[in-house]
Amino acid sequence: MTIVENLRFLGHRIVNAVWRIGYASRFFMLILFYSGTSFRRFHLTVKELFSSGVMSLIIILVAGTFVGMVLGLQGYETLKRYGSESALGSLVALSLVRELGPVLAALLFASRAGSAMTAEIGLMKATEQISAMEMMAINPIARVVAPRFWAGVISMPLLSALFSAMGVFGGYVVGVVLIGVDQGSFWSQMQAGVDFQHDIVNGMIKSFVFGVAVTAIALFEGYDAPPTAEGVSGATTRTVVESSLTILFLDFILTAFMFQGE
Amino acid sequence: MSSQALVEIRDVNFAYDSRPILKGVNLTFPKGKVIAVMGGSGCGKTTLLQLIGGALKPSSGYVKVDGQVIHELDHKGLYLMRRRMGMLFQFGALFTDMSVYDNVAFQMREHTDLPEEIIRDLVLMKLHAVGLRGTHHLMPAELSGGMARRVALARTVALDPMLIMYDEPFAGLDPISLTVVGNLIRRLNDALGATSVVVTHDVQESLKIVDYIYFIADGVVVAEGTPAEISTSDKPFVHQFVHGEMDGPVPFHYPSSDYGQDLNLRPSR
Repeated sequence: MTIVENLRFLGHRIVNAVWRIGYASRFFMLILFYSGTSFRRFHLTVKELFSSGVMSLIIILVAGTFVGMVLGLQGYETLKRYGSESALGSLVALSLVRELGPVLAALLFASRAGSAMTAEIGLMKATEQISAMEMMAINPIARVVAPRFWAGVISMPLLSALFSAMGVFGGYVVGVVLIGVDQGSFWSQMQAGVDFQHDIVNGMIKSFVFGVAVTAIALFEGYDAPPTAEGVSGATTRTVVESSLTILFLDFILTAFMFQGE
Repeated sequence: MSSQALVEIRDVNFAYDSRPILKGVNLTFPKGKVIAVMGGSGCGKTTLLQLIGGALKPSSGYVKVDGQVIHELDHKGLYLMRRRMGMLFQFGALFTDMSVYDNVAFQMREHTDLPEEIIRDLVLMKLHAVGLRGTHHLMPAELSGGMARRVALARTVALDPMLIMYDEPFAGLDPISLTVVGNLIRRLNDALGATSVVVTHDVQESLKIVDYIYFIADGVVVAEGTPAEISTSDKPFVHQFVHGEMDGPVPFHYPSSDYGQDLNLRPSR
C-alpha cells in the first residue's frame, strides 16, 4: 500500500471510530430518554432482572466463595510472616468490598449476562423482531432495551454485594474452620477494619458504575450488530472484550478518586 | 383501477448510497383490493414496503397513505399511522420469548386498555381465523414454518389494520401451507375491509388471489394489470417471469468480460 492509501485507511478508521462513539452516546441518551416505561411498567424490568440478575447468581456465588477461600489461604500465609494472622478477617473483607467484589462480579456479569443480552438483541434484530416492533408503532428502545438496561444497573450492585458476602464466607471457612485462626479476632478485626461509608459505599458506587458501563455496552453492541450469524457472534465477543477493559479502566479511575492519599 | 386510492406512490426515487433502487415509480393501491408487487430479487419490492411503512424516506417523490404523505409525518404521527397498518415479515418475525397467545395479544396490550378477558377472547378469535386456536399455549420454536406464518398473520391483523403489507408471505412454504396462507390473505382482507399489498415471487399463487399486479424491474414499473391480463401478456419480461423461463430480458449470465478471454483461449488459426 502506498503512503496515501495508508493515510486514507487510517483516516477512515478514525472517522468510523468517532462516528461509532457518537452513535453509542446517542443510543445511551435514547435509553435514558425512553426509560419511563421501565418504571411505569416495572414488571418488564422485573422479568429482565430475572434473566440478567437471578440467572447470574450461581456463577457469582460460586466464584465469590472460591475467591474468598483463596484470599484466606494467601492472606494467612502472608500475615503469618508478620505475626498478624488475626488481621485475616480485615484483609479478606477489605480486599473484597473495595476491589475484588465489584471488579470480579462485573467481569463475570459481562461474560454471563452482558454477552447474553448482546446475543438476544442481535438475534432479535437478525430475525426482524425489532423491525416488527417498529412497524407495530412500539418503540424497541423503550420496550426492549431500557428494561434490560435498568435490570443490569439494579442487578450489578446486588450481585457484587453477594459476591463479597460469599467471599467473606469462603475466607472464614479457610481461615477459621480449616486453618484455625481465632474466630473472635477474625470477625472483630473485620468489624473494626471495614468502614461503611469509605469501603462499602464506595464499593457499591463502583459496582453501580460498572453496571451502567457493562449493560450499556452489551445493549449497544447487540443493537448495532450486523443481522447475520457472524455479526452477532462478533458483537458478543466485542461486548466481553470492551466491557472487561472498560471495567478495569474505570476501576483505576474510581480507585484514584475514592482512595487517594490514604 | 377506479376505486378510491388508499396508497399513492408518485414519482418515487430511492437509492442506497449511490446505488439507485427505485427510479420514478408510480403505483396506486385502491381501498379494499389485494395488490401484488412482483419482480426479481433485489428489484426494490421490500424497499417499497419500507417506504410505505415510513422506515425509509424517498430521495424524491412521495408516498401517501390515507391522504397523508408518510415522510412528512413526525415521529408521533408516523407511529399513529403505523397503528393502522400491519406487516407480515418474510419469516413471521414472531417474538421468540413469548407464547403464541402473547404474540397475538402483544399489540392489544401495548396500544389499548382492554381488560385481559376481552383480550383473551380477541386473541382466540384471531387465532381461530387462521385455524390455529389450539396452538395458543405453544412457543414459536414449536411451530412449523407454515404455522408460524399463520400466527404472524393473526398478530398482523390483531388491531384490524386498514392496510396490510406482506413481505414474501409464500417463501419456503409447502404446497398446502402456501394455499392456506394465500386464501387467508384474501379472506382476511375481505373480512376486515382492508387493503393488502403482497410483495412476492410466487406468480401462480398470486394470480389466484390478487386483484391487480405490478411488475418491477430495474427500479421501474415494467408491467401492470389484472391477473387475466398478466397471464396472457406477451411482454417479454412478464412472459419470462410468469413462465419461469431461464433466459430473456433478465439474462441467465451476470454481465462479465469475454468468456474466451477469461479462459485465456486464443482464436484458432
